[in-house]
Formats: sequence, structure tokens, C-alpha cells
Amino acid sequence: MKIHEYQAKNLLREAGVPVPEGVPVFKLDEVEAAVGRLGGGTVVVKAQIHAGGRGKGGGVKVVNGLEEARKAASKILGMQLVTHQTGPEGKKVKRLLIEEGMDIKKEYYFGIVVDRARECPVIMASTEGGMEIEKVAAETPEKIIKEYVDPALGLRPFQAAKIAYGLGFEGKVVRKASALFMNLYKFFEQQDCSLVEINPLVETGDGRVLALDAKVNFDDNALYRHKDLWGELRDFDEEEPLEIEASKFGLNYIKLDGEVGCMVNGAGLAMATMDIIKLAGAEPANFLDVGGGANAESVANAFRIILSDANVKAVLVNIFGGIVRCDRIAGGIIEATRMVDVNVPLVVRLEGTNAEEASKILEESGIKMTVARGLADAAEKVVASFK
Amino acid sequence: MSILVNKNSRIVVQGITGNEGMFHARQCIAYGTRVVAGVTPGKGGQKMDEVPVFNTVAEAVAGAGANVSLIFVPPPFAADAIMEAVDAGVELVVCITEGIPTLDMLKVKAFMKGKKSRLIGPNCPGVITPDEAKVGIMPGFIHKKGSIGVISRSGTLTYEAVKQLTERGLGQSTCIGIGGDPIIGSQFIDLLALFENDPDTEAVVMIGEIGGTAEEEAAAFVKNHMSKPVIGFIAGQTAPPGRRMGHAGAIIAGGKGTAAEKMAAMTAAGIHVVKSPADIGVTVVKAL
Repeated sequence: MKIHEYQAKNLLREAGVPVPEGVPVFKLDEVEAAVGRLGGGTVVVKAQIHAGGRGKGGGVKVVNGLEEARKAASKILGMQLVTHQTGPEGKKVKRLLIEEGMDIKKEYYFGIVVDRARECPVIMASTEGGMEIEKVAAETPEKIIKEYVDPALGLRPFQAAKIAYGLGFEGKVVRKASALFMNLYKFFEQQDCSLVEINPLVETGDGRVLALDAKVNFDDNALYRHKDLWGELRDFDEEEPLEIEASKFGLNYIKLDGEVGCMVNGAGLAMATMDIIKLAGAEPANFLDVGGGANAESVANAFRIILSDANVKAVLVNIFGGIVRCDRIAGGIIEATRMVDVNVPLVVRLEGTNAEEASKILEESGIKMTVARGLADAAEKVVASFK
Repeated sequence: MSILVNKNSRIVVQGITGNEGMFHARQCIAYGTRVVAGVTPGKGGQKMDEVPVFNTVAEAVAGAGANVSLIFVPPPFAADAIMEAVDAGVELVVCITEGIPTLDMLKVKAFMKGKKSRLIGPNCPGVITPDEAKVGIMPGFIHKKGSIGVISRSGTLTYEAVKQLTERGLGQSTCIGIGGDPIIGSQFIDLLALFENDPDTEAVVMIGEIGGTAEEEAAAFVKNHMSKPVIGFIAGQTAPPGRRMGHAGAIIAGGKGTAAEKMAAMTAAGIHVVKSPADIGVTVVKAL
């Protein structure tokens, strides 16, 4: 789960990580109070969307005083912000963060992620602040400091100091930077983050160290530990409406750009089904894992979600019935087609216990659908159904 | 022979009195698996059908001689359940549970260092040695005893591959779902090594997916250490970057972990990589 920069900074401030003074703004008439609170001097107006590259897309402006702030805010608020992470259609800006301007002496990069191969959190830090870490890693990997953290012990103070010295901090600033790193790691752990990225981390002219930007992602599996807080932080405007709808029914749905809707049980088989649709000459319209049960209700809900996508020209149902018998699943599919009007060609492939019997039940049901046998046959039939 | 489990494996089911645990314990027993104990704290002394229930795994090991654990404990308690099984000296721990927080799994892995237990999963269908032991939630009837090893990050896609093998008369030595999470107990390389040393395994099917670098590491291992043919498929060739495709571990992050990268590494290592998931069975036939 992703959250906005201003939300991340509020959490960081509480966790003892210095951040600039800032005020979130949702409407233009809130700009005056925000600038007033920040002292009326230089402020930064920042678009709040769940995507990186906002500065380059015109979503971040440094301005002087209220009038300029108002102008910048009216330009950014409501704009369709396009960055390399939003896709060409961009994202509508509905929230702003107005922050005090900073006297920046030097910029750094600081990030914490889980290293899957080493099976521990890894801290990556670099003097190349403001640059994407992937780019630094590709072009000048020697400029990245990596520090692996023992997951049982957490970040040790000597490691934080090592990073601070490694980045070139000097004198009293070393201790400030180390303390910030320690608090950031504690935050990462306590909040079940999958990513904390401070880019840039800055040192100011008066020797302070602050998180000038903050990107925080949470591990969805840990939701049960943080239900209230994460519930407050979730911004539904940042999510695909169909995906929100699907999640209400416990369906794992991801919208894609193709024309063949797919309903599959199991994530691996769902991906493989998308792949074979592509090999058969069409594009998948979605990823959808209908789960193990695949009963009439979940299938009907899945049909509703898939068919809400106007691009869908045909639907492929691919269910591998393991413990659940296929004849039961066939019954569920027939019932679902009575609950939802499937108005595009439908191809069904059932495999597993009683698959043959299930195929007969479907064929004799009188419902307009094509029964396929085998994965390749299913993909070819669904593509042929509309091409 | 086979790897990991066989007809002599003595299974303890952690969470045996819950819905899932009870249902699947019965399925395993019906397949012929020796389920010798169950564990549910507070229900020690009871029985699930004929299976004695203990309060702790240590008691199940001492009282029933369990040496393999099968875990159906809900996510908030699953990491602890794995550590309990490891602490009790269980040789093989198979965790089916989906949804364990990543940071919990990191602590589990740190806890397991230096201990002799092997972990399969979490978020996996389990392990089966056809006609001997089913330690998981897979449908037993699609399997057939034979000489192909199967290792997969998926559940139903593994069943699909197994079905293609069985249809062509190719039985399986052992099939393992290693799990769809970013942090798992055993990787492809751990199990490839076991299959390489198993005299009854002639070839191995590995089914990977987007996310992480486990397939690339497996490719390097195959190139340097495997004499047996390996057939590979990667799910998620059409998956968009930055989105988690159902499995917590199936995500292309920072442009890394794509199917194309993995397929290239595997092909370069001499693995028979299939593009279509429908071609797994037929490619194994050709490779043999």
C-alpha cells in the first residue's frame, strides 16, 4: 500500500525524523492560511499523487510569498500530472503539500528496502541526492553505500555512524544524521514498511539534516496490525475504481489494457493464462484470481467486474478444480450467468476432478458459451471468438 | 526414491482443529499419508478423528515421533508456529499459510540459521511424493509416481504442469510448491541440488514467475551443477511493472524481476525454456 508524501512526513515527524514544516492543502482557499502558518516567505508547492517524477512533470514549484503560492497552487491543483510513473493519461492532482523553503547545502539519497536474495533489510545511501537510485546503481554503482541489517537486532548505532561518515557528514552533523537513520529504521520496522525512500535527504546551511521528500510503502500482509492507521491513510482516488470494487468481494483484480477478460483460480495460473492469450494473438484485459472456491457468487461478481471494462470483447474462464470438484464449479458458472448478463463471447475451460462431466454439464446447459479442453485450446478459442 | 517426504514421513499438522487444517489433514490421510499428530494449544489430549492432538510441537515430536510439520495457522501466528516446529527439531516444515508479514518471515529466517530444519513455503501448496505422502493441499489424483521432479512458485499452475506430465505418462518423483512470497524457506537452488542427487529423478520442471532473482540464481546453479535436463516456464510475461500480481512476491520492481530477464538467463544456462504454459509436458518429453 502506498501513501502520500505529506502523510509519510507526518508519520516521520512523530517518529523523530526531522522534516520541513508543511501544511496539506485540499482547496485553493486554504492556501492563504497555509502560507501564513509557514511565515509567508519562500514556500514549496508540491502535488500529492502516488507517483514519482512529480518535479519534472511540473507538479513542484518553489515560490515567494502568498500571491505566487496562490498562482502555483491554482495551476497544480486539479491538473492532470503526467510523470514517467503515471502513464500517458497522467493523474489528477487533488491534494497539495505547501512547505517552508529550505536553505539546502547538500542533497543525499537514503532508502530502506528488503533484499530478497539476502533475506534482510538493506539500507542504500548515496551522495547523489535527487537522482533515481536505479540510475545511480546502473551508472555509478560505487557511489552507493549498502548496509545490511540483521532483522532480529535491527540497525545498530555503529552502522548508522558508518553510513553518516560514508556520506561525508562532518563534525556535529554526523550525530544528527546517525540519529535520523536510527529513527528511520525503527519506523520502517514498526510500521511494517516494504519501502522507505528519502530522496533527497538534505543538509541545510545551518547544519540540520532533514527528509525533504518521503516515499513510504507498507507491506499489505501486515494490514491486520495497522488496520486503523492504514485505513485512515488510504486514498481511494489513487486506485482504479474496478480494483476497489473487486477487493470488496475478496477478488484479486488488476486492470490491464487488452480485450480478453480472464477469470482464473490461483495467481500463477492467472498470469500464465494472460501469457497464453498474448501468444494466441490477443491482449489480456485483466489479471483476476477468483480464489480457491470459485462458487456461483464469486464467479458472478468476477463477471460483473470484468464486464465493467468497456474494452472487453470476450471472456475466458480457466479454473483448475483441485479439491473442489469441477461439476460443482460448472454449476456455479451456470448460476452466475443467470445473475449477470454476459454479453460477449464466453469460453470456459475446467480442469481437475470430474472435468469431463463438468464440460458436458456446461455444453448441455443451453447457455451460450464455448467449452474448451486444455489451456492452448482455450486461448485459441477465446481469441477466435471475436477476431 | 524421492526427495523431502516419503511413505515413512511422520506428519504433525499444526492447526489441525481449525477448518482448513482439519479438512486438509483428512485429505492427506485419505491419500495414505501418515499423519501421526496434530497441534492446537489448549486442545492437547483431544483427538481429530483418530489423530492425537498435542498442546505443543515438542510434545508431538516426543509423543508421536513426528518429523515433518504441516502448518495451517492463521497469518498473525504462523511465523511463531514455524519457529516452534524448528525449535522442536522437526526436519521438514511445510507452511501453507498465505499472508505472513515479510518482516516476520525475515525474523524466522534469521532464527533458522544454524538449525537443521528445512522450511517449504509459506504461501504454497506443499509437497507431494506420489503414492507415498501428500503433505499439502494439492489434489492428489492428478499425480502419478515417476521420475520427474517439479519445483514451482505457484499452486494451480503447478497442478496444470503436473496434469500435462501425467497425461503423457510421465510420473513425478516429488512435486514442491516453494511459495509465492518474497521471503520463503527453500529456493529453487536448494531443491535442484536435492533432485540432482536423487537417483530416481531423471529431469526437473521449474516454474518461476516475475519478481526477485531466484530464477537467475537457479540458472547459474543449473549451468554449473546439474547434469539432468531442466525444463522451465516463467509466468507473468505480460504482467505490467510495479503491480503485485496476486502473489506478494510477484512484482517487477525498479525494472527488475521481469520474465524476459529470467527466461534469457535460464536459456543461457541450458534450461529448456517454454514460452507457452501449454507446452511444459511436451517439452519434457522432448528433453528426455
